[in-house]
Formats: sequence, structure tokens, C-alpha cells
Amino acid sequence: MSSDAFDLLRSATRARVALGRAGDGLPTARLLEFRAAHAAARDAVHSPLDVPALVASLADTGLEVLEVASAAPDRATYLQRPDLGRQLSGDATLPAGEYDLALVIADGLSPLAVSEHAAGTVAAVLERLPGWTIAPLVVATQARVALGDPIGAALGARIVVVLVGERPGLSSADSLGLYLTFGPRSGRADSERNCISNVRPPHGLGYAQAADTLVALLQASRQLGASGVVLKDEGVALPAGAG
Amino acid sequence: MTARRATLGGHTYEFPSLVEVMAKATPHRSGDVLAGCAAGSEAERVAAQTVLADLPLTTFLDEQVVSYEDDDVTRLVLDNRDTTAAGNVMSLTVGGFREWLLARAAAADEAAISGLARGLTPEMVAAVSKLMRNADLIAVGRRARVVTGLRSTIGLPGRLASRLQPNHPTDDAVGVTASLLDGLLHGSGDAVIGINPATDSPAQTIALLELIDAVITRYEIPTQSCVLAHVTTTLRALEKGAPVDLVFQSVAGTQGGNEGFGVTLDLLSEAHAAALELKRGTVGTNVTYFETGQGSALSAGAHLGVGGAPVDQQTLECRAYGVARHYDPLLVNTVVGFIGPEYLYDAKQVIRAGLEDHFCGKLLGLPMGVDVCYTNHTDVDPDDTDTLTVLLGAAGCSFVIAVPGSDDVMLHYQSLSFQDVLTARQVLDLRPAPEFEAWLGRMDLLGPDGRVRELTADAPAARALLAAAR
Repeated sequence: MSSDAFDLLRSATRARVALGRAGDGLPTARLLEFRAAHAAARDAVHSPLDVPALVASLADTGLEVLEVASAAPDRATYLQRPDLGRQLSGDATLPAGEYDLALVIADGLSPLAVSEHAAGTVAAVLERLPGWTIAPLVVATQARVALGDPIGAALGARIVVVLVGERPGLSSADSLGLYLTFGPRSGRADSERNCISNVRPPHGLGYAQAADTLVALLQASRQLGASGVVLKDEGVALPAGAG
Repeated sequence: MTARRATLGGHTYEFPSLVEVMAKATPHRSGDVLAGCAAGSEAERVAAQTVLADLPLTTFLDEQVVSYEDDDVTRLVLDNRDTTAAGNVMSLTVGGFREWLLARAAAADEAAISGLARGLTPEMVAAVSKLMRNADLIAVGRRARVVTGLRSTIGLPGRLASRLQPNHPTDDAVGVTASLLDGLLHGSGDAVIGINPATDSPAQTIALLELIDAVITRYEIPTQSCVLAHVTTTLRALEKGAPVDLVFQSVAGTQGGNEGFGVTLDLLSEAHAAALELKRGTVGTNVTYFETGQGSALSAGAHLGVGGAPVDQQTLECRAYGVARHYDPLLVNTVVGFIGPEYLYDAKQVIRAGLEDHFCGKLLGLPMGVDVCYTNHTDVDPDDTDTLTVLLGAAGCSFVIAVPGSDDVMLHYQSLSFQDVLTARQVLDLRPAPEFEAWLGRMDLLGPDGRVRELTADAPAARALLAAAR
């Protein structure tokens, strides 16, 4: 009986309400729960992307996979210098071509999200794009979203989509974001991109759902010759769950 | 503009402008490196501090960091400065001013320190803070007394108030109410019950304001509400008759930074006047609330000063206080660890910035609080926020922010928990705002020792409050 009213609070929100107290502090179990969530988020930020494993998981696409790094030499620099994470490292070389689309898989702030969800998302997207010419896949480390701009430009892609690990939340360390940019080149503004956030089955968006939304945006973007706020204003009909 | 020099260890360092002296004298932080204005070495930093220590305070009246002609924040500060408030202090150098402050703090001379505010400019305060160690910031900060009020009184000696922040990812009324009641049961909410709305619209703002107002009215709680929507949204809500206690806005230290937030000084004046008209206070008439944070001007690309040189983020933060104080705020807080590791990288930088912001705000006359917080990509954990909280409590910080279990499920960052506020009050012997403390007593939420009791769900006091959840 005595816990009824507190249970009511707990059932009303995902917030950490009615945790109880040990003196003025937290009960040990609640303390450890919080630490576990924070540890998962910290590990997601700092554990490096297992590139060979990711490349192996992309083999089924039949596409060549290229690896590049940003100009940020390590994680500490990456976190403090977002400008370097948007530039290619000096020794990066990408073969120029002519493609409808380039897909860039970027570790971002959660390499964990990329390891968990990138291959599944790429597969779901590719099977929905028959007839599109697709550039070699690019795996980019210490990478921000805007690193897709010089990569897409170098490859000669009309559109670039960056699949990137999003900043881990306390209860969502493995959330993948998809950013679409038409006419990629260095200096594009964030307002010129479209974003699908929280790809993270089973808790967030599933691969098929995310791919449906992305493909709708891709088709509209190709038609309009633009992306970003313009695309949103055109009222592109998106499948349910578009974020 | 003449170059200034200092020789250290046989090497002469030259600083072509006041902007560079200020930037390079600043304790190391990632945001200044990102902006390209940080000292190139530890020795250069001390050389800049040596130059700064010898500058007369009046330098900051004769020479600007951000130009008077181009920036309305500079004009606001200089045009409204009280030329007599700082008195003889204006004959001191920056280094002499530090010693003057420490001497007055040691003598517990609150009147002398607090009386300076309207005579000081943000740049003067930033400058002296750059020479200070953390202990100096604490010792002087605790003697800068700023007392404000609306329905509770903020900033009295021996008090630590808290903003109860019952955010919810979808602004769900039931979810918000659950967090709100949990906070009240833990003795939080005496500074304000303040929600960051998930949706910034007049309708949503009105709904949330009415929700909080209903709880405040039902239990006759001596506190105030706030929905931290854009000031234009709050003005729309106010015009529609919503119960607006406080108008809120994020502000920055340059005209461009404020444009980035979608505000002008005139707009803030209009909002201030409109909220005053409502006369919703019982113990005071302070009706504005501002948030700030080091790095906000840089993130808006509005961080350049005289000669196009980047201004350090701590000086710009102080200039944001110069904006805030013009509108007689009830509350101002820096959101110190929120903006990310590219501005404040780790616990050392966040702790330093928290103490600087509190000290500088108080010296400029603001009712200064701190959101002691961090994101998951910053090198900060709850041990570090414990450290900063205790230091801020010792420094006489007016209020902190608390969310259920430290986890803000809407903004996705971690702030203090209600338990953390109880702990800080306990270990530092601090109490809630007096009106709110009396209310806690009336609600039977305090034990015989005057501390917030731990209640079972069927305790009469808990049942009385939790009735609002049904």
C-alpha cells in the first residue's frame, strides 16, 4: 500500500522521480543505476570505432568501402575542435566520379551507434534506391556531420547522406542520425541539411522506417535540386515517424 | 592603442590591444583556443596577467573591448554607469582592486563590496577575476550581497534556493506534474518552478504556466513560476492573460549574440515593463529571469571585438551580465557545463567557470545562481558537480537548479538532483528561502531539526501534496 502514491509518480514520467533517500543522498541501487547509464554514455563517446568490423559488415552491399579521417588527430582534439572534425586530414584521397548519392558513415559522438546501426540502415536504404548510382561507401573517423561536404564534393556526388553517431543521452547511448545535403561542398550551412534523428531499434526508429523517410527526402531533394529548410517548406510527404 | 609589454624569464611578451591582454590573461579553456585568442603558453598567460594587474581600472572607461559605436551592449553599460558608485576604487589598478576586494572580504564588509556594482563595468569585473584564484572568487563572492524578491526572497545570508525544473520531452501535463511534486516533496522550488518547454508556442506556454500556477495556488506556495520560452512567446502569452510571474530570456554579451537569440534591448525592456504591470509579487518586484553561459557569443559567431580580434568567452559572459542587470532580475544563472567541451572541456574548466561566473555576476549586482551541469561528451561526472556545488555554496551562490535524479529527460543533460540540494544545505548549514521554508513547515515537510523529512507515500504530508497528481 505504502508505495502506491510514489508508483503513481513513477508511472507518469520517464524522469527519475521518487528515487527515495539515504539520509540526504541517494539509495545505493539508484546511485548505481545512474552510474551505469552515465558509464554507457561515456563509453559510447570514447570507445573508438571498430573500422574493420564495420567494413566487414558492409561487404553485403557489394560496394567498395573507403576509409578517411578528419583533421582531428585524436578524440580529445576532436571534442575540443569541431572545426577540425569538419575537415579532411591532409593525406585523405578520394577518387572523383559522378554519382547520384554518396553515403558517409561517421563515428561522430557515438561510435557505438555506428557499430550497432549503420550497416542495417545502409542496407535498408540501398534496397530502396534501384537505379541510383551510388559512390563507394566512406567510413570516416573523428568526423562531424559537415565532413560529408568535402567527401561528397571529392567523390562527385549530387547528394551526400552522413550516418553519424549522435551525442549520447543518459538512456540512449546508441542513437544514429542521418543528415542529407544536396550539392555537398565545404561551407554548407546546417540550414541546408535535412535530419532524421534517433535511429535506434527497438527503442527509437527502425531501419525500414528511417530508410522510407530518407528515400522520400532523397527523391524530393533530387527533384528540387536543394535540401534543408527549402525542402521542409515544400511539404514533402513523409512516412509516419519522420523526425 | 599602444602595445603593452611584460618581461618574464628573460622573454618579452607584447600584447597589441586590450582585447588581447584580456584574452591571454584568461585561465586556460577550450573555447578560447577554438576562438584563436588563448595564450600560446603558460608563461604568456602570466605575462598578460602581469600587464593586466598594472592597468588602471579607468583603462576600461577610455578603451573598449567591443566598440561603443558598433555594439548596443557596450552603449547600454557605459550610458547607464553610475559614475560615483565605485568611488575611490576607480583610482586603483586591476591588481590593487583585487587586494582591495580581498581586504574588504576578510573584514566581512558586505556594504563596501556590494555598493560598487553600478559603478563597475563588466570588463573591469572580468579583468579582476582573471587575476584571482578560485579561493579569491569564493571569499569575495560570498560578501557581494544581492537580495531580490517576488513571492520569495532570494540571496539572503545562510540561504541556498533552488529552481525546480520539471521538464518533460513532450510537455505532458501528468509527467510535468509528477516531477514538480517530487521536487516539492524534497524541498526544491523556492527560487522558481521553471520549465523548459519542448514546444515554443504561446498555447503550450500558457498551458504550462496555468499548470504550475494551479499547483502554486492550490497549496499557497510562496514561489514563482516560469516557462522558459522565447521572450516574444511569453509576451504573446501575457497578452492573452496567462499568469506570467517572470519573463525569461537567454542573453549574450554582444549585440550580435543577442540577435542570434532573436532579441533586442528594446524587446527586453518591453517585456520587463509588461511583466511589472501584472503586479504579481508579494515581497518584491523583480520580474525577469535570464540565463547565460560562456561560449554563447562564439557559438553565434558574434564574439569579435575592437579591430576584429576575438574576445575571450569569459569577458563576453560578463557583458551578458551587463545586459541582464539593466532589467532588475529576480534570478540570473549561468548554465555552466551545458554548452559542450569545445567551450569548457573538463571538470577543471567547468569548476573554474562556475566560480568566475558567480563572482562576476554578484560583483555586478546580479542575483546569481548556477546550473551545475554537464553533457556526456564533457569530461565531468557527479563527483565534479559535487565539488562545484560545495564550492558555490561556500561562495554564497543564490540558487542552483535541480531535476529528478539529475537526469533532464527533455534537454538530455545532467544537472543537480533534489537530493544534491538537500546535501548541500546540510553540509554547509544553508536553508531555503525564508517564505518557502515557512511553507515547508506549514505542510509538515520539515523534521524537528528543520531539515526536509523523508516521507513514506502514505504519510499525511505526502498524501496531501500527491493529491495533485491524481
